[in-house]
Amino acid sequence: MEKIIEYKDVTFRYEGEDEAHILPLTINGVTLNLEKGSFVAVLGRNGSGKSTLAKLTNAIHLPESGQVLVEGLDTRDEKNTDLIRRKVGMVFQNPDNQIVATIVEDDVAFGPENLGIEPKEIRRRVDDALKAVGMYDFRLAEPHKLSGGQKQRVAIAGILAMQTDSIVLDEPTAMLDPIGRREVLSTVLRLNRERGITVLMITHFMEEAAQAERVIVLDKGKVFLDGSPRDVFTQSEALKRCGLDVPQATGLAKALADSGIKIKTDVLNEEECIDAILTAYKE
Amino acid sequence: MVRDLTIGQYYPGDSLLHKTDPRVKIVLTLVFIFVIFFCKNFFSLGLMIAALLVGVFLSRVPLKMILKSMKAITFIIIITALLNLFYTTGGNVLVKYKFITITDTGVYTAIFVAVRILALIVGSTLLTYTTTPTMLTDAIEQLLKPLKVFHVPVHTLAMMMTLALRFIPTLIEEIDKIMNAQKARGADLESGGLLQRAKALVPILIPLFVSSFRRAYELAFAMECRCYTGGEGRTRMKQMKLKGLDSILIVGCAVLLGGVIALNLFFKTYNLG
Ligand SMILES: Nc1ncnc2c1ncn2[C@@H]1O[C@H](COP(=O)(O)OP(=O)(O)OP(=O)(O)O)[C@@H](O)[C@H]1O
Ligand SMILES: [Mg+2]
Repeated sequence: MEKIIEYKDVTFRYEGEDEAHILPLTINGVTLNLEKGSFVAVLGRNGSGKSTLAKLTNAIHLPESGQVLVEGLDTRDEKNTDLIRRKVGMVFQNPDNQIVATIVEDDVAFGPENLGIEPKEIRRRVDDALKAVGMYDFRLAEPHKLSGGQKQRVAIAGILAMQTDSIVLDEPTAMLDPIGRREVLSTVLRLNRERGITVLMITHFMEEAAQAERVIVLDKGKVFLDGSPRDVFTQSEALKRCGLDVPQATGLAKALADSGIKIKTDVLNEEECIDAILTAYKE
Repeated sequence: MVRDLTIGQYYPGDSLLHKTDPRVKIVLTLVFIFVIFFCKNFFSLGLMIAALLVGVFLSRVPLKMILKSMKAITFIIIITALLNLFYTTGGNVLVKYKFITITDTGVYTAIFVAVRILALIVGSTLLTYTTTPTMLTDAIEQLLKPLKVFHVPVHTLAMMMTLALRFIPTLIEEIDKIMNAQKARGADLESGGLLQRAKALVPILIPLFVSSFRRAYELAFAMECRCYTGGEGRTRMKQMKLKGLDSILIVGCAVLLGGVIALNLFFKTYNLG
């Protein structure tokens, strides 16, 4: 598979208040390859460096040592910054702080306008992006009158209209209720499947991570676990050690197994869990 | 309640006025305001009102919305009308009671002034009803472009205006939240003298400042991530081009201006003030 974002032994630290206070490394030797068209979830407790890792992808932060390559372009080279930002889009946690315009369609147009794209093409992209996230009917609405989930989908449309190859989402569902969360996650999943957009999504919700192709667990600035959701979530002991839980369904199966029932424990969602319980019951 | 707040009062639509170039609309609104002040008697003012009604008709904005915009300033209109009613001298005395004197010129002037203010309000809301805030700021940016010669950062100013408009409702919501949070902690915001109440505002303003800065910081990041590097090399989805429609409007307004001057001169004897 083609690599789209590569971290090569990356370290990074924030600057302290003054010269005397050198902060510890926030990212401490991360090597990762993200494949084109994949859907990767990043987990980790508060302060484990997830947001920092995300911001390293589009040259908001530059590595102290090592390299971050986006489609082969080194983020440390200033000439690449603009190019890289055309390839990787970022969606942040709080939709209120990333919407720029007072009308939905004007906000979605903001990115393409910055790229200097021709007006007719911008119109086409904006309509397309709004349809893709299911917000076309709201194109003339004022953002502050939308729900959180709708706002976040507008923010995603804003990145989509820039036609970046990858999208990095930093806890896009953290401020949303369950319905809003589902709206956003299914939108992102669909964009990944239908358009082949590479997705790197940071989340605190195990259920969301379970739907990714690959889960990376970060702890103290290092990659702690890395694998398919099934591989990662069956290691509940390791997950607990870095302050994380398993999805509820997995937890239930595990608890049943621990209490002596013969049951499959590598389940990721409710359906699989129900199946496993039924199978165990029949036996 | 906060969610009902409409910024810039845009009324989505597809009318002739919606389609008019926003630059033309801004300039014509300014001209309109100027001409309204230039009207000296009921004949010329009447002509402008007629033109305004045509404008309202062309905008397809429901009358209810227009009336709503008037409601907000009823108080101001009444006060101004009353002041004119009592303080205008000259003409035939209609009422004389102790220190109050009302003359017929006073009555005319009061009505004249009230109608004038109403026309001003309706004229300018017509602009904001038919133009999105983004279009407005874009148009202002275009109109002010010549100032770039004097190193005025026109694009930056327009961008600041857009962002300010965008964040007004967000910040109002935030103030609401902070006030509730402080009340829950036992803050007393309603009682006490002026000084005490002003002091009670401090614990509201400080969190508001802090959070605004955090917002600004995040927003700046988000804008950079969307490749914003200032006005250079930007294009616009909504292009502004002068069309036939715009020229017709401009000519129409020029004719109106001529009409007002003619009526002012012709009915000179009816001129007020
Ligand atoms: N601007 C900054 N200056 C100094 N230190 C920072 C800054 N931003 C983050 N840090 C520190 O870097 C570490 C990692 O932060 P980061 O935001 O990447 O964590 P995170 O995994 O995203 O956490 P969360 O789950 O809370 O979002 C934390 O210890 C944090 O205190
Ligand atoms: Mg974070």
